[in-house]
Amino acid sequence: MTALVVSRILQGLGVMLAMSLIVFVGVYAIGDPVEILINPDADQATRAEVTRSLGLDRPVWEQYGLFLFNALQGDLGRSFVFNMPAIELILERMPATLELAIAATLLAVLLGIPLGLVAGMKPASRTGRTIMAGSILGFSLPTFWVGLLLILVFSIWLGWLPSFGQGETVDVLGIPVSFLTADGLAHLILPALNLALFKLALLIRLTRAGVKEVMPQDYIRFARAKGLTGRRIIGLHVLKNILIPIVTVIGIEFGSVVAFAVVTESIFNWPGMGKLIIESIYMLDRPVIVAYLMVIVVLFVVINLVVDLLYSALDPRVRLKAMPA
Amino acid sequence: MRLCNVLLTNTMIAGATAIGLAALTAGTALAQHVDVAVRSETASVDPHFSYVATNKAAVTHIFDTLIQRDQNLQLVPGLATDWTHLGDGVWELSLREGVTWHDGEPFTADDVMFTFERAPNVPNSPAPFGQFLSQIEDAVVVDDHTIHITTRNTSPQLLFDLAEVPIISRHAGEGAATEDYNSGAATIGTGPFRFVSWTPGQAIELVRNDDYWAGPAAYESLNLIAIPNDATRVAALLSGDVDLIDAVPPDSVEMLENSDEIDVWMIPDVYTAYLHMDTNRTDTPHITGSDGEPIDNPLLNRDVREALSLAIDREAIIDRLLHGLGRPAGQLAGEFMVGYNPELAPGAYDPDRARELLADAGYPDGFSMTLHGPNNRYVADGDIAQAIAQMFERIGVDMEVETMPSNVFFPSASNLDFSIFFIAWGSAQGTAWHGLRGVLMTHDAEQGYGPSNRGRYSNADVDRLTIASMSTFDLDEAASLSAEAAALAFNDYAIIPLHYQMNVWASRDGFEYLPRQDQMTLAYGLTLDD
Repeated sequence: MTALVVSRILQGLGVMLAMSLIVFVGVYAIGDPVEILINPDADQATRAEVTRSLGLDRPVWEQYGLFLFNALQGDLGRSFVFNMPAIELILERMPATLELAIAATLLAVLLGIPLGLVAGMKPASRTGRTIMAGSILGFSLPTFWVGLLLILVFSIWLGWLPSFGQGETVDVLGIPVSFLTADGLAHLILPALNLALFKLALLIRLTRAGVKEVMPQDYIRFARAKGLTGRRIIGLHVLKNILIPIVTVIGIEFGSVVAFAVVTESIFNWPGMGKLIIESIYMLDRPVIVAYLMVIVVLFVVINLVVDLLYSALDPRVRLKAMPA
Repeated sequence: MRLCNVLLTNTMIAGATAIGLAALTAGTALAQHVDVAVRSETASVDPHFSYVATNKAAVTHIFDTLIQRDQNLQLVPGLATDWTHLGDGVWELSLREGVTWHDGEPFTADDVMFTFERAPNVPNSPAPFGQFLSQIEDAVVVDDHTIHITTRNTSPQLLFDLAEVPIISRHAGEGAATEDYNSGAATIGTGPFRFVSWTPGQAIELVRNDDYWAGPAAYESLNLIAIPNDATRVAALLSGDVDLIDAVPPDSVEMLENSDEIDVWMIPDVYTAYLHMDTNRTDTPHITGSDGEPIDNPLLNRDVREALSLAIDREAIIDRLLHGLGRPAGQLAGEFMVGYNPELAPGAYDPDRARELLADAGYPDGFSMTLHGPNNRYVADGDIAQAIAQMFERIGVDMEVETMPSNVFFPSASNLDFSIFFIAWGSAQGTAWHGLRGVLMTHDAEQGYGPSNRGRYSNADVDRLTIASMSTFDLDEAASLSAEAAALAFNDYAIIPLHYQMNVWASRDGFEYLPRQDQMTLAYGLTLDD
């Protein structure tokens, strides 16, 4: 167990190092951020001065070396655009993204697994077929389009829900969250639904496939023959056996939801990290881009670790061993 | 993002006409609080952190300048009520009396001196203010409400530059860093709104300054919310979540104009779109002969440049791609600007004459060329580049088009990677020499001329006249020198002007908004319509 955690941390550090190098060189190759940041009528001397003050006049390997040196002391650099520590900018917006991602994942799980169970138990029924048809829509409609449609229907036509932003927040342990106020909750519904849609469809299909595979097995028939109630058979015998792939997918999907909530955040003007990274890329704000990807790497490492631990909780046959890094 | 704009707009037009927007709630006439959604977020509340238009607009709610520009770019009194030239480059500025800072302290000449010291020296500024104070050789306080400024040369450029520099107070600003302005500790201005808070990525919260010298704003509080996505911004207005939006996408304007619940406000923009060409190198990267063989740069030939200009149907571009929101341009300066040359008509459309010119110039079979351009910076930029390339095809030039995000485009353009490209210039100061110096003067790093001359056009007469224009005291004389320089450059097709953009805002019914040519969204200009 400890060995697993240690090896994962080492792996994560390796990935972070590689990632920082790739991003650093990549952003460097795109071009000079000063060209984007400065007002167009600034004279050449001013441009040179800005380039120098941002440290962009040094060779790229020197810039990278300086970055690594500072990063080891916990300083990931200051945003060119905001002149604030990059990590602070990101962490400031992380709660909003996490809240959205958790809300979306909860929606997907709470709706997806029951719907998948129904569709799997009665695949030929009208309900089952309707659920499956719906899941195809969830897969195939592009997120931004669904997002705009949701705004059009619920904000503009019906006027029920606000069209953008996070709404009123309250601080829980110093972290601002939306879901505890009525106004915040109203703001959360549409973006969470938008973000959940794809995963919802995925979970329906996974659950249904699992159920169809498990139902004809001997132990289910035996459980039936013993006279167990349907509820107990599904809740204990079926669910527990189909959960392993589902947990994996939820884990992976949670990571990608956090990392790629960009589209939803942009459409709903949700003040999260995704919106920040997109704007930072437009401005070639390298410190923020690099720091953001670092945070994402850490996030994926943690999620994978949690998923591994959950496996062993769900299936005692799975033993945790450190893989050779 | 383009795709979603179009899509949303189409769906919305359908929705808007079907339902007539009946679901909207009216009754904003008694607004105590107003929400304004802007496309670009400020990077700071420190008024001198970064000189870019977005930051300036945000901090102008809180801070005043000595001289202000009105909606049509004309200089009007701000914290200075009067300015006179005493001779020998010395200006006397009379400061407005009875003005107080948001914390009640009186505004005096000493605050102006403090501003002059601090503005050019903000650490880590990505767009420093130094250039706007570079005219000032010496400034002395005569009394609490009078200042004498000695300028480095005899031009009135100082006045235009003073309209760029927000005045801060010494008592709140001494020793304050950018962080102290962002947190609000030092954010004490004299402007129409007092600062409450700023959450990066979300909003600036402001409340009315009841003692504002030009009269209080029409409502008590204000949120300036950043909504970069065009479709979201329009949706926020339609759903009634905000009261005013800026940078209305052209394809939404008609739909908004047809709505009873929305009013649209527009005014010509200071931005002029143009084609910039490599007019300097014989060996240019993206042009070959029609057979693919390397050739000498045909854009060095004035007639070829004229042929390209004649090939462009400016009216069609404005009509189809800008939805009518633009006017054809024949120079960089707009008609409200000092030094606009009324004799420089927008380029005519005459493809037959263009083909003739090409043939006479020795290119009867045309040549092959790649047109570059940004696709997320200017109104309809990617589409316009495509359209222009097709128009060039019609006169026999074999075209490729490459559009790219502005973060890739601008560094490459400055690196002289292109042969011909679509771009725009904004003369925010309202002077013709602003564009002449920036775009058309010979690139000279030492003197700071031609910093955005990415085609490296060079004409000694244009240089001479522009410099003369920039160092002439009399404004009318300076204007006519600029007009003369412009005539030389544009008759030489140094660049090919295309069109002036249009600035569009939209508000909920019940408001009046004062649109500004310089693109700044100032909520003080939003009033209740009774």
